[in-house]
Order: sequence, then C-alpha cells, then structure tokens
Amino acid sequence: MAWHVNVFVTLKPSVMDPQGATVQRALNSMGYKSVESVRMGKFTEMEIDGALSEAEVKKLTDEICDKLLANPNIESYRFTVEKK
Amino acid sequence: MRFSVTVFPGSNCDHDCEWVIKDVMGQDVEMVWHKETDLRKPDCVVVPGGFSYGDYLRTGAIARFSPVMKSVDEFAKKGGLVIGICNGFQILCEAGLLPGALIRNKSLQFSCRNVYNLVERTDTPFTGACQKGQVLKLPIAHGEGSYFIDSEGMKKLKANNQVVVRYCDETGQVTPGSNPNGSLENIAGICNEKRNVFGLMPHPDRSGEDMIGSHDGQYIWKSIIKSFAGAAR
Repeated sequence: MAWHVNVFVTLKPSVMDPQGATVQRALNSMGYKSVESVRMGKFTEMEIDGALSEAEVKKLTDEICDKLLANPNIESYRFTVEKK
Repeated sequence: MRFSVTVFPGSNCDHDCEWVIKDVMGQDVEMVWHKETDLRKPDCVVVPGGFSYGDYLRTGAIARFSPVMKSVDEFAKKGGLVIGICNGFQILCEAGLLPGALIRNKSLQFSCRNVYNLVERTDTPFTGACQKGQVLKLPIAHGEGSYFIDSEGMKKLKANNQVVVRYCDETGQVTPGSNPNGSLENIAGICNEKRNVFGLMPHPDRSGEDMIGSHDGQYIWKSIIKSFAGAAR
C-alpha cells in the first residue's frame, strides 16, 4: 500500500492568467454564459513509499512543492494524501 | 576576457552566444555542459536562451537544479558577472538569483520579432557602454516572457534602481502598445541588488551584426567587456 498524493498548483489571485481568461471566453461563447471566471492550474499525482507515516509524507510533499512543483513567487499549492 | 556559456539539454542560443562573443567581440569563450561543475575560471557567465528541459513544469524550473547551476550560484554570490538571456533569465529567476518570475505571454502567443528597449540604468556592468535613454533594437523569441513580481517586490526593484531595460517604441516612449508580452510596467530586463547579475528577455546574442537585423546587442557585450577592463585596472 503506497501513499497517493494529489498536488494542485494554481496561480496566485494577483497573477494574470491569460489561458484561464481565454478558456472562460470560449465557454461563454459556447453558451455557458454563467461561467464567470476560469483559472488554470497544474495537477500532479505522486506515489510515495507506504512505509512512511502520514506526517512524514505531508512534510515531504510540502518540501517538494516549495522546492520544485510550485514557484512561490507566482503560485500556491494544496494537496491531498490517501493510502490505497 | 573569458566568458563561459552554460549548455543545458534544450538550449538553442548557446551557439549564438558563442558566435557573438568570439567572432564579433573577439573574446574567449568556453562552453560548459550542465552536468559539469567547473565553470573554467570565467570572468562572466552567460546562461543562454532556449527551451531547457523542454520547458517542462515551468520554464527554467528543472535547469535550475542542474549541477552547473550550483557553481553559477556560488560564482554569482562571490560577485561574479552573470547574464541570463531569455530562457537564461527564466532560469536565474527560478534559481532565486533574480527576483520575480516570467509567466505566459498575455497574448498566449509565442512572440518572435524585433522590439525596442529603453536603457534606463547605465550604472550596471551590463549597460555601462550605453547612454541613459538609449533605445536598443533587439529581437525577442519567447512564449513566457511576461515579467511578474508582487507589489512589495516591485517597490524594492524601484527603490534599488534594478529595472535596467523596458520595452518601448522606436522613439523611446514606454507605452502599452510597445509591451510585447504583458510584462508589468514594460519590464524587459532587471539586475540583482548587487548589480552583478542581469537577466533580460530580448536577445543581445542574436543582434550582433546588421546583416541579421541589428547590431545593438553589441552594446551589452561592449559594456561587460568595458566593466571587466575597468575592474582589472
């Protein structure tokens, strides 16, 4: 049984997201007029050694996000941890 | 003067840098593969443009952890001159040697054309041979060149006069229309607080001779050589 970690990285609200804005305009022009905002982000799945404790996995994931998966200048992240 | 050009998998302006430094400016140049840690005693390190590691994750995010970048970091922290061009600028930001980040162009399009750049600061080793207010015609070629920094960071940049070049029109006016990528306040290039690290999105390596569209890139290389000669005296 390994830890399954799902990481979501998104642009901070203050950072312009032209890709999200373009997708929103496309949705609106397709008829989905109620879509008021779209922000694009990145999704990463990781499998981590099941021998680690949940606290260790969370600490490790924080470190990985801070160092590589997210750029703190422009992005924030959150993640879920599940054993299966 | 000896320049070392770092080479990553996916760098594609490393040879443009080699050409302008050696064939146009007549200086020595060493090419340093990303797995090496010996920079070969350079007087200036050049981190060139391209698509290091296929721009995976974020531009420059993977290259920043290459062995060679540890040496570049140490070299910069000792006061060594480092210039990052295009992808090199992105790498230096990811590495924390320069503040802020480069994000997707506002147009979402890859932009490849000549742009005009206003030299705002000449008190850097990279622009010392320019006149204040000089307009340089340099090419850009990027999809992620929109400079972003938070408002606190912007205050610091301005207070320390770290904004070195801004996108402008042919007459030197900094206008929204002359901003090719949505950069905050038309920022095209910045330096660090100590002024020994410089990053810019336009290419002084691809503008060394009129035959290829502009020779204005020479001003940047001349500045570096001039500052080195000054320091050696």
